[in-house]
Amino acid sequence: MAKFLLRRLANYVILIAVATSAAYMLAAVSLKPRANFEGRNPPPPEAAVDARLTELNLNDKTPVLERYKIWVSGVVHGDFGKTWEGESVNAEMGRRIGVSLRLLLIATIFGGLLGVLAGAWGAIRQYQFSDHAVTMLSFVILSIPVFVLAVVLEVSAVGFNNAVGSKVFEYTGEFTPGLQGGFWTHAVDRFQHLILPSLTLVLGEIAIFSRYQRSAMLDVLGQDFVRTAQAKGLRRRNALLKHALRTALIPAVTYFIYNFGILIVGATFTEKIFGWHGMGEWFVDSVTRNDINAVAAVTCFAAVMILLAGLVSDVAYALLDPRIRVG
Amino acid sequence: MAVPSDSLTQVAPQTEGDQPPLDETRIASRWGILFTRFRRRKLAMFGLGVLVLLFLLAFVGPYLSQWEYTDHDFNAFLQGPSVDHWFGTTQTGGDVYALTLRGMQKSLIIGILVALFSTGLAALVGSFAGYFGGWVDRALMWFVDLLLVLPAFLIIAILSPTFRGKTWLVFVILLAAFLWMVTARIVRGMTISLREREYVLAARYMGVPSHKIIFRHVLPNISSLLIVDATINVSAAVISETGLSYFGFGVQPPDVSLGTLIADGTPAAVTYPWLFGFAAGLLVAIVLAVNLVGDGLRDALDPTSGL
Repeated sequence: MAKFLLRRLANYVILIAVATSAAYMLAAVSLKPRANFEGRNPPPPEAAVDARLTELNLNDKTPVLERYKIWVSGVVHGDFGKTWEGESVNAEMGRRIGVSLRLLLIATIFGGLLGVLAGAWGAIRQYQFSDHAVTMLSFVILSIPVFVLAVVLEVSAVGFNNAVGSKVFEYTGEFTPGLQGGFWTHAVDRFQHLILPSLTLVLGEIAIFSRYQRSAMLDVLGQDFVRTAQAKGLRRRNALLKHALRTALIPAVTYFIYNFGILIVGATFTEKIFGWHGMGEWFVDSVTRNDINAVAAVTCFAAVMILLAGLVSDVAYALLDPRIRVG
Repeated sequence: MAVPSDSLTQVAPQTEGDQPPLDETRIASRWGILFTRFRRRKLAMFGLGVLVLLFLLAFVGPYLSQWEYTDHDFNAFLQGPSVDHWFGTTQTGGDVYALTLRGMQKSLIIGILVALFSTGLAALVGSFAGYFGGWVDRALMWFVDLLLVLPAFLIIAILSPTFRGKTWLVFVILLAAFLWMVTARIVRGMTISLREREYVLAARYMGVPSHKIIFRHVLPNISSLLIVDATINVSAAVISETGLSYFGFGVQPPDVSLGTLIADGTPAAVTYPWLFGFAAGLLVAIVLAVNLVGDGLRDALDPTSGL
């Protein structure tokens, strides 16, 4: 198993390197940091702009490959370079990474768990009311783009707040700036801010996972070994949980890595709409600000996250399917 | 997708002139079965109906109103829906009804074009990779893996400055260029299993060139899958397009798409709901209707599919 994981890991490291390099190249060709200086009034002398851009390794007059070499030698040592304003990309990433990780973790854990449960439940009660309800609901949620879902939740939250007469749901930022009070006041405040963005992502995750889990579970429920498990005297619940659900989890686990990229894009919308200063928001702002190094750093983050998800799903796969451990 | 008519013409000479074949024991064609099964699914038929209505609204609707999407009514800024302006007006007096329908046209056209291009590309690349195997196959699979790590959304966003100021067709091509991978993978898998079928082997032993085998025998046999995928790709394309346009990485002003309209309406969604609500509602309706049709088609093809 360790060998299997090591091989996967090596494969993943190569993929990350290629993906990040590709993103850097594309960004270096397509984004023009020079435009940020040219827009200034009065326009700075070209020599000064050139000197500044060269210092930041953003000068479009230097060949792309040369800039790439400088960038790579930094990245190998853990330095992602400078933003176009001359600040360290690493420092900014340090501030933002936790914000995004929190959202992604919550969405994955709650969304995955609830989605799998909802899907399995729907399969057990196939064609009953609860099954139809879950299926229809997930179908509708999957047809709502994240940016619409987020705003709809926001509008409903405002309506709820007005009806109750107090601000139960917060919908801008991660916490209230300058809030006075002890630990609990802050904890409650952060929780109030957390609900809506998390809900936006969790709902989408539940919808996707329940769909996959339902079909996987239906495939398994019809198979002989589930009937055998019940025939040999296992209680229905045990047969369903230990035999059917465990086997049906395998396809859902495989799907985990495919879904993580979608989740990261979804988190980008969520961060932007709810004003969370995370990696996704940074990506969108960096593209508009022609910030090549920041864009490459966020892409690297996305690639690492997706492959971590892949590694988790590899491990889960091996745990669920004994044949992999032997092989 | 013009392939099935091709296979019909091969059979056609057997029937006499323009007399319809009145054979009682006539076996229904594959497409006939598909159509009958599809018609039985109420939700899918409902989705198709809604989709037709949405198309009518987008392309006939603009003629019903006196306002053009470029007009500005200087007597009505930020007014709610009224007899004069059915969907209300924007900050600059633009008619939201005209703007929304214009955005719908753009989103629908982009969605359909992207779905057609990307499914076509997927069919070509997938079948060639599956049929020939070897390095074509490995290169394709590696590319698919890479795109898994590097979400297409991020790539198109990074490339967006290069097509700013150019025609929106460049945007369509970019979207299609990044949406075909998953379908190509499925096509590849099916081609690999078709490659060993008797009729393909027979054609090969008779010396039919490989590209002819792919176009005459492989692709027609997976055409139903391709139609389903093209349908589902329409909704994927519409969501990608509006998402990118939402951030200003897609359709550029003065053009409007549902994405740019929703982005403009988002900050005021609470105070001026008509700026957000109509565009968002219609977008969800489009995606939902397309998904219902795609789902119905898939079920009609494969009654055992639980999805």
